[in-house]
Amino acid sequence: MTTLLESYAQVAGADVIRHLQQLAAPLKGARVVHVNSTRSGGGVAEILTKLVPLKRELGFDARWEVISGDGEFYQCTKGFHNGLQGNRVELPAALRRAYEDTNAQNAEELRAVLEDADFVFIHDPQPAPLLRHFPQRRGKWVWRCHIDLGHPHRPVWKYLRDFVNGYDASIFSLADFAQPLPHPVYLIPPSIDPLAEKNMELDGAEIDVVCAQHRIDRTRPLMLQVSRFDRFKDPVGVIHSYRLAKSFIPGLQLVLAGGGASDDPEGEVVLAEVRLAAQDDPDVHVLLLPADAHRTINALQRAADFVLQKSLREGFGLTVTEAMWKAKPVIGGDTGGIRLQVVNHHTGFLVSTPEGAALRIRYLLHHRERLLEMGNKAREFVRQNFLLTRHLREYLTLMVGLQHGAQDRIDIG
Amino acid sequence: MTEQQNISVFFIKDCALAAIATGLRAQNLRELRDHLTGIHLGCIYYHFWGGLLRPHFDDPEYNNDFASWARHALHDVPLAERLGIIDPADYPELEGLRQELIETVEERIEETEYQTWSRSDQQFHFVRAQTVSLDTGRRLTQPAELATIVPQLSLGSVFYHFIDARRREPQGVDDFRAWLTQFGDAHDSLRARLAEVDPYFINLAELRARLTRLFREHFGETA
Repeated sequence: MTTLLESYAQVAGADVIRHLQQLAAPLKGARVVHVNSTRSGGGVAEILTKLVPLKRELGFDARWEVISGDGEFYQCTKGFHNGLQGNRVELPAALRRAYEDTNAQNAEELRAVLEDADFVFIHDPQPAPLLRHFPQRRGKWVWRCHIDLGHPHRPVWKYLRDFVNGYDASIFSLADFAQPLPHPVYLIPPSIDPLAEKNMELDGAEIDVVCAQHRIDRTRPLMLQVSRFDRFKDPVGVIHSYRLAKSFIPGLQLVLAGGGASDDPEGEVVLAEVRLAAQDDPDVHVLLLPADAHRTINALQRAADFVLQKSLREGFGLTVTEAMWKAKPVIGGDTGGIRLQVVNHHTGFLVSTPEGAALRIRYLLHHRERLLEMGNKAREFVRQNFLLTRHLREYLTLMVGLQHGAQDRIDIG
Repeated sequence: MTEQQNISVFFIKDCALAAIATGLRAQNLRELRDHLTGIHLGCIYYHFWGGLLRPHFDDPEYNNDFASWARHALHDVPLAERLGIIDPADYPELEGLRQELIETVEERIEETEYQTWSRSDQQFHFVRAQTVSLDTGRRLTQPAELATIVPQLSLGSVFYHFIDARRREPQGVDDFRAWLTQFGDAHDSLRARLAEVDPYFINLAELRARLTRLFREHFGETA
């Protein structure tokens, strides 16, 4: 077994890695290319950073290509991102032209790599039009959509759909996020990387240092929400829950940790609302962290007694998965992918109001044994279901499936 | 040819499921019933058995997706209880299981005065399974080897040989019982005990532990 696979075997189990090797065996040597629009930052880049080297270790000729564009291109794809999630946006013809032209230029640069590839995975809308520039393509092309397309702004989806209809298959994270398409629509939930800085084991001293830097008292109860300062994440509702619980648990501390909001006018407004709601309470810590503060987030998650993700609307909710991997029960909003992960009384609690969250906060802090038991169950649930190795297994299953058509059963040996 | 030469080897396989969305969804019981009538049988299989192999928390109350949806999205407890008790292992053909589901849902439609709707973000999505099976390269030639090999099987192998086999093989039994048949009546008691194992109300790790116990008890006694 190679070094990277050995590292994952230690976390996920040797049988999991053996299973991957067996699934990969009939595809050995296949040329696999992943294409997205950024090499760093964001969940897709995080996943590809590990997924591609793992595929190489399993015997694939795997590559990761990144398309590039100018300001108009990114303006257009930002519009896609908002429109596909239901916001009513207009995409002027000039921006659409920039989007299509950029893809045409990138297609020429990538022609040698993509034309002969056995499998091409195109991630998200940015490179979706590449397909139509490869009429002589040799392999199977799959569109991997990481966005929730459950309720898109119809004109935006109608425009994009024309580019994705021609793929051999598409992948969505959850059935709720999918749209009907004229090819097999596979469902593959996302995953976390247990060896990434954000999730790796940390020693107690490092956690103490991070807490001291942010004036968090480790002798008192601590709860945490990690999210952008966005109304859908309900940070003000979290402060309300904290206040309701604080009257019963005076030592309670709250950390709201989120990424920078300088390029997001609405984020700045929400951050101001949060600071106003916090009212200079010394036990409410509003932390605006840089995008690469993975170890800090990791330390805060490990320092917390439990974690909140009181979203009113959520995609899959990987911050929930990350907290659960650190053996923390999660009090989560009853929405989106949080429902798939938080199971009442087992891995945490689903709530719909600040009052509901406050009740569960008091319950967890008054039942320490249950808190630990639920935390351990949460970690095991993530180990079984939401690690990168499971994600990779489903990619391999899909690749075998695509090679054999849409049959119900495929026997590869 | 001697009797020994006629004994077939047991090929240990493993499997993985891919989930494929059908695009069909239901928001109330009538829609569920209408879709059930014509849905691909792979959906029935997925929603009853797929939970064992996909990212999914073992629901402590309800063992299939239909029952779970009735409880958590429609808040219809009587229906959830009736759907939850349906044991797919009782139905050698998926078509029979489909008919039982339809019957249960129609009965509930008839006895309720008004139709309950789920929230739009809690609709039932019909998903079908694509099963990929693969050879692990491991072989058994003697029944007693089961006692040492079964505890080492992956959960996918347990699923493939003990659950999926019932749908795959014409006899409708698991692969262990089918294989043991060729050894005459020497292992009849073991086959009878295997037939009593209901795989539906336990998870795959528990099933593997139970099978291990059975094989160890049997081969320990006869050794």
